[in-house]
Amino acid sequence: MRHYFGRKLLVYALTFVVAVTVNWMIPRFMPGDPVAGMLARTGVSQPAAVEAMRVYYTDLFGFDRPLWEQYAGFWATLLRGDFGISIWLFPTPVSTVILRAVPYTLALMIPAVLLSWWAGNRLGAYAARRRLLDNTVLPVGYVLTAMPYMWLAVLLAWGLGVVAGWFPVAGGYAFSLQPALTGEFLLSLLHHWVLPFLSLFLVALGGWAIGMRNMIIYELESDYATYLAALGAPSRLIRRYAFRNAVLPQITGLALQLGVLVAGALVTEIVFSYPGLGSLILKAIQNQDFFLLQGTFMFIVVGVLVANFVIDLVYVVVDPRTRAGMAGAQA
Amino acid sequence: MTTTPLTEGRAGTRVVRREALHFAVRNGKLVTGLGLVLVLLLTGLLGPLVLGVAAPNEYVAAPMLPPSAEHWFGTTTFGQDVFTQFVYGLRTTFAAGALGGGIAAVIAMVVGFTAGYRGGLVDEALNMLTNVVLVIPTLAVLLIINAYLGIRSVAVQALFIGLTSWPWAARAIRAQTFSLRGRDFVDLARLSGLSTPRIIAREIAPNMSSYLFMTFILLFGGSVLIASSLDFIGLGPTEGVSLGLMLQNATQWSALQLGLWWWFVPPGLAITAIVGALYVANVGLDEVFNPKLRIT
Repeated sequence: MRHYFGRKLLVYALTFVVAVTVNWMIPRFMPGDPVAGMLARTGVSQPAAVEAMRVYYTDLFGFDRPLWEQYAGFWATLLRGDFGISIWLFPTPVSTVILRAVPYTLALMIPAVLLSWWAGNRLGAYAARRRLLDNTVLPVGYVLTAMPYMWLAVLLAWGLGVVAGWFPVAGGYAFSLQPALTGEFLLSLLHHWVLPFLSLFLVALGGWAIGMRNMIIYELESDYATYLAALGAPSRLIRRYAFRNAVLPQITGLALQLGVLVAGALVTEIVFSYPGLGSLILKAIQNQDFFLLQGTFMFIVVGVLVANFVIDLVYVVVDPRTRAGMAGAQA
Repeated sequence: MTTTPLTEGRAGTRVVRREALHFAVRNGKLVTGLGLVLVLLLTGLLGPLVLGVAAPNEYVAAPMLPPSAEHWFGTTTFGQDVFTQFVYGLRTTFAAGALGGGIAAVIAMVVGFTAGYRGGLVDEALNMLTNVVLVIPTLAVLLIINAYLGIRSVAVQALFIGLTSWPWAARAIRAQTFSLRGRDFVDLARLSGLSTPRIIAREIAPNMSSYLFMTFILLFGGSVLIASSLDFIGLGPTEGVSLGLMLQNATQWSALQLGLWWWFVPPGLAITAIVGALYVANVGLDEVFNPKLRIT
């Protein structure tokens, strides 16, 4: 088990280093001068002001120092939790801006991901059992999983929001309200949460259902299932064993899908102008706010790494082979 | 007269091919899936020629017209013809998928074959690399790169999609290679002094060609989806039009609130159709190549 975790942690540490390095490298080695670009975008024409800003940005990036020193300095500020100052919401620090948006993204993603995984597994397991159900679940599953996240979001916003008028289509809460711990605000929050949640949930659902269906069929053909059937075990028992074995690759699949799920959440938020990280990224791109963009990037990477680690922990609980130090999940 | 082993082998592959074709044309999933993809591809390739329109973003008619005989998919808030944009967008989307999926497939094959065949330290190192790229959230990296890299063309977009989406495929190819490398015919090839690249190209790859093709199809579908997400966030090609860009424009210029469903339904539907049809065709291919799955 120590070997299993050691390997995993090594991969995560390496990934973090790579992410930080990419984050550091891109502004420095991309074609063009980032400082000149930023100065041009601010649209300040006074020579004195431009010079002052040039000095500020050059100092900020540390372009006048040797490369390795720049790199070390980048790590130092990062580990202090300093992501710089947002240009879009000047002079708010990037970390503050991000921390304000993170709860919305998490409140959207965690229920959507977990519920779709659970419901998809159930649905897939049922589909593997009944031909009639299989003939509907499978095509619907393929359509859902092939859908771009934003398109389903747009369709839901149009159908249930604009045409039917059941749900609001923009924002995290009613524009007339201020965030507060009142019943009215919480209701508004929930009301605005339904559509983005639903669209994330539905797209993810299809993939899990198909995966589970295929795994169950595969497991039911395996030797232990045949053996149990030959012993005269009730088919419910065999299915239960098959389900338990089929869940393991689905857990691994959850870890592999994290990046796609994050991407889905980001574009869904943009459709609904939901005040999470996705909308933040859009604003950062539109306002050329690179500090905000880079800060959000680091945040997403760390979030995905933590989620991966949590899944590893769950895997150890669920799969005894990893505990016994045998070949379980591959690192 | 006795046939030489060489011609016998060729005849053998021909029989296998004919058998595969026999089952392929009778497989409903494969025929439907590939048919749908082909129809859309032809629309994208031939549409602009037939339409004879120079630029998809030109203002040609009154704004916000619903679909009619003249403008099949209606017009946008600016009076652009949605069908023209759709046809050009299909081209871009197919290009992004083919290029991105192709680059990813090539990287996956190089990494997978090398890691699986060589084993040992090379395998360890490549495995580590694969895991790192696998864990990093792809879209976040693409965001950073595309935002800083001012030049945005379909080729550059596809290149970066390819560079980040290969890991799962490399893993799968590595596992397959690993199981093939201990077989007798590979040992024989090694004994006869063939070089490693030749063994991989002549002995190992052909034995998993169906698998490689299916991997490419999945990578293609994935690239289409990632490219459309990037376009939608506003990091698409700066010139021209793509299905993702159409969706972005539609939501940005409040097609939702104005009820211009003909603006945002076709591009999303086309993406779903392309990716879904590819998935279904893939299941069909699996049944063609894997006799165990045929009778279901």
